[in-house]
Amino acid sequence: MREDYKMDTREKDIEKLKDYKYGFTTDIENIKAPKGLNEDVIKFISNIKKEPQWMLDFRLKAYERLKLLREPNWQKPKYPKIDYQDLYYYSAPKSMKDKPKSLDELDPKLLETYKKLGIPLQEQARLNGIAVDAVFDSVSVATTFKGELTKHGIIFCSMSEAIQKHPELVKKYLGTVIPVTDHFFATLNSAVFTDGSFVYIPEGVKCPMELSTYFRINASETGQFERTLIIADKGSYVSYLEGCTAPMRDENQLHAANVELIALDNAEIKYSTVQNWYPGDENGKGGIYNFVTKRGLCKGKNSKISWTQVETGSAITWKYPSCILKGDNSIGEFYSIAITNNHQKADTGTKMIHLGKNTKSKIISKGISAGFSDMTYRGLVDINSKAKNSNNYTQCDSLLMGNKCGAHTVPYIRNKNFDSNIAHEATTSKISEEQLHYCQQRGLNPEEAVGLIVNGFCKEVLQQLPMEFAVEAQKLVGISLEGSVG
Amino acid sequence: MSEQLQSDFDKIIKTSTFSNEEIQSKKFFLKKFIENGFPNRKQEDWKFLDISQIIKKNISDLNFFNDYSLPNKIDTSIFVDGLEHNKIIFINGRIEKIDFNYEDQNKIEIKDEIERSILFDYENSLIDLNSAFINKVFKIFVKKNYSLKKPLIIYHSTNDKMKSTNINLRLDFELGENSCLRLIDFFTDNTNKNFINIFYNFNLLKDSILKNYKIDKFINDNLKYSFNNIEQGNNSVSETFILSAGSDYSKNEINCNLNGEHSSAFINGVFSLKENQQHEIRTTVNHLVENTKSYQLVKSVLGKNSKSAYQGKIFVNSKAQKTDGYQLSKAILLDETSEFNAKPELEIYADDVKCSHGSASGSLNEDSIFYLMSRGLSYQQSKKLLINGFLLDVVEKITDSEIKNLIKNIIGLKE
Repeated sequence: MREDYKMDTREKDIEKLKDYKYGFTTDIENIKAPKGLNEDVIKFISNIKKEPQWMLDFRLKAYERLKLLREPNWQKPKYPKIDYQDLYYYSAPKSMKDKPKSLDELDPKLLETYKKLGIPLQEQARLNGIAVDAVFDSVSVATTFKGELTKHGIIFCSMSEAIQKHPELVKKYLGTVIPVTDHFFATLNSAVFTDGSFVYIPEGVKCPMELSTYFRINASETGQFERTLIIADKGSYVSYLEGCTAPMRDENQLHAANVELIALDNAEIKYSTVQNWYPGDENGKGGIYNFVTKRGLCKGKNSKISWTQVETGSAITWKYPSCILKGDNSIGEFYSIAITNNHQKADTGTKMIHLGKNTKSKIISKGISAGFSDMTYRGLVDINSKAKNSNNYTQCDSLLMGNKCGAHTVPYIRNKNFDSNIAHEATTSKISEEQLHYCQQRGLNPEEAVGLIVNGFCKEVLQQLPMEFAVEAQKLVGISLEGSVG
Repeated sequence: MSEQLQSDFDKIIKTSTFSNEEIQSKKFFLKKFIENGFPNRKQEDWKFLDISQIIKKNISDLNFFNDYSLPNKIDTSIFVDGLEHNKIIFINGRIEKIDFNYEDQNKIEIKDEIERSILFDYENSLIDLNSAFINKVFKIFVKKNYSLKKPLIIYHSTNDKMKSTNINLRLDFELGENSCLRLIDFFTDNTNKNFINIFYNFNLLKDSILKNYKIDKFINDNLKYSFNNIEQGNNSVSETFILSAGSDYSKNEINCNLNGEHSSAFINGVFSLKENQQHEIRTTVNHLVENTKSYQLVKSVLGKNSKSAYQGKIFVNSKAQKTDGYQLSKAILLDETSEFNAKPELEIYADDVKCSHGSASGSLNEDSIFYLMSRGLSYQQSKKLLINGFLLDVVEKITDSEIKNLIKNIIGLKE
């Protein structure tokens, strides 16, 4: 934390943030696809985005498959049945119909929205050196820092743009990590996905800045289905950040995104998420259903994929960022903090699938539950018989605050290789009276004391986040637990 | 299969003497089993080892008929030497002998009627199968303040008459206040390809102690399923030890409800598997009230083509503050083809608890082997020494020294 960050400003900050500060809506005219899910809607989406035939075929193939699939129901947090025919699958600000060429042409209302969210797109372009792709409901509204990135040959644009301009790359990689025949929500996304980010880092390039996407759900009764594809070619490196918010509404909104990462030989992808979708009110009304499929493929030798996530929002979070370690010597990492308060529910974790030789994976998961919430870590470590000399280390710790909440750990461990080692550890505990007493004795009030201890508990994961995010995440950790002490 | 089930069931009803009421309840369970069939991998609890596939593969046509009217000869050569004990002898699905010669006869009561409480609300179709085809259910009461002088050994055996048959056993035990029972299950099957389905129900009243040792050591082609349900009152202790080594397939399930304060449960298991064996232990410990404790330790040594699975669950109710739960599973994989699966699960709703689990799997430590070899042992000897040491750790947890020595002798472990 900055040195000049005085106590009173901090308090003011907290006061300001006490309620979900991203809960406003932007009054903007929208173009929507007709309600419901059918072939015509898919054709409408494809048409409005002027997609080529192969893309429409991809969507329709997924839709055919979707008809055969049923919603999974093995998860811990149960939710009322979603009526998929009562949702809008496409919603875009009207002004985006003909995409503005530069930021200056962008609808001022949109700029204002992102400014409120703390992402001033215009200033950002000059100031803090992070390239941002902003996604508003179904479409990407702006991508900053294009010039700088193009110099290095890096492609960072919206998915729709990539389909138009780089069809050969999209065609080659889209659906290779999450096939159209995957589970229900992933297939639903394949059929109706609207936008998202596309990143390609060419051979040998180390991306000079953090790339970031900011997702915003604005319209009501819509689902957000974005699709992100990141390809790191041989010997390249990229760090990618993702942030999300949504307005406060009484209804539950669905967010079913797909994220695919592909790392070729010697490449490294670092993917960080701070997820702060609207969690619903104190009584558990409203909030986002965050059912996301994230999967990375370490395709090449010596490649590395690292997931870091801070999950504080959403009514229900249900996601497992995974790594398929296919290339020899590849590395997968997963660092996670999941905080649930009030009536929030989270079922999250990871899958590490070891296929190549000498592959390594590490899982650090910290779960904190308070109020009436439920938090589940669910993970799989699978070492294939061909994955000689592989290693996994897993640690998942849970912290409970109060006896109305739950913390669960469900790890699946499969070891089919006698050369490989798997170690797993998990603990569940509460903040000890001694620790609290010690902090209070030194002048902290109970809430600050809890904040301090929780931040210490999460430190291993917070350290993995890029600087700009780490500060925000640390604050978020404190705020998410407001009112859970005593 | 359902036709065969029905016709075998009718045959049993014809050849045996069941009361009308018994027949009605059997029919109910048969119907339930026909509806659900054998569990398969689609059910979460059977994900790792799919019994319906295994039965199909190992026993193509399972026969459910068992002629309960014919008594079987008792082969005394199977009896354990060097340890005085009480006996229950179970051959081919019939309990041939119950013998409590060493005990005070007033302190032990045996009833042979099926209680209505048989209607367990478990969603477990193998228990339905058991209830439908079981011959006689015995309930054994140990009276208040009585500790059995000698352990009770249950001999499970089958002879040549049995082939590809489903064999069921159910026993109920009630341990009165401040009583103690040591129970050994000793498997001496020598015939092949039967499916053995065992269901024990224990009710432990205040201050009672149950020690249950399951020894499945001798290689046989049978498939085995065993379910222990243990209800524990205040301050009671249960200790379960499982040696899982003999059968082709074996699954031991322990469901333990800690209903009384200060009750504790200990579950320890050893898998020592060779070619093509597939064994599983699944435990559920439910901490339902304050100040309860559970401890679990399971170790596997896995040879060629063998597969072991451990699913352990600790559940802590929101009332169960001050719970202490611990779970550890370790495995040594000896061959490229061996496989270890684990699912150590925690489900916790109370905040003032201490729960942890750990799991580790890998190969034998080459450095340790090198160390031993540099001191003159051969490679094979070093390997054996390390494996024995690894397993001895679990055996040492046995609290009864007499039985500990017996088990060490049976496994061939020496200090």
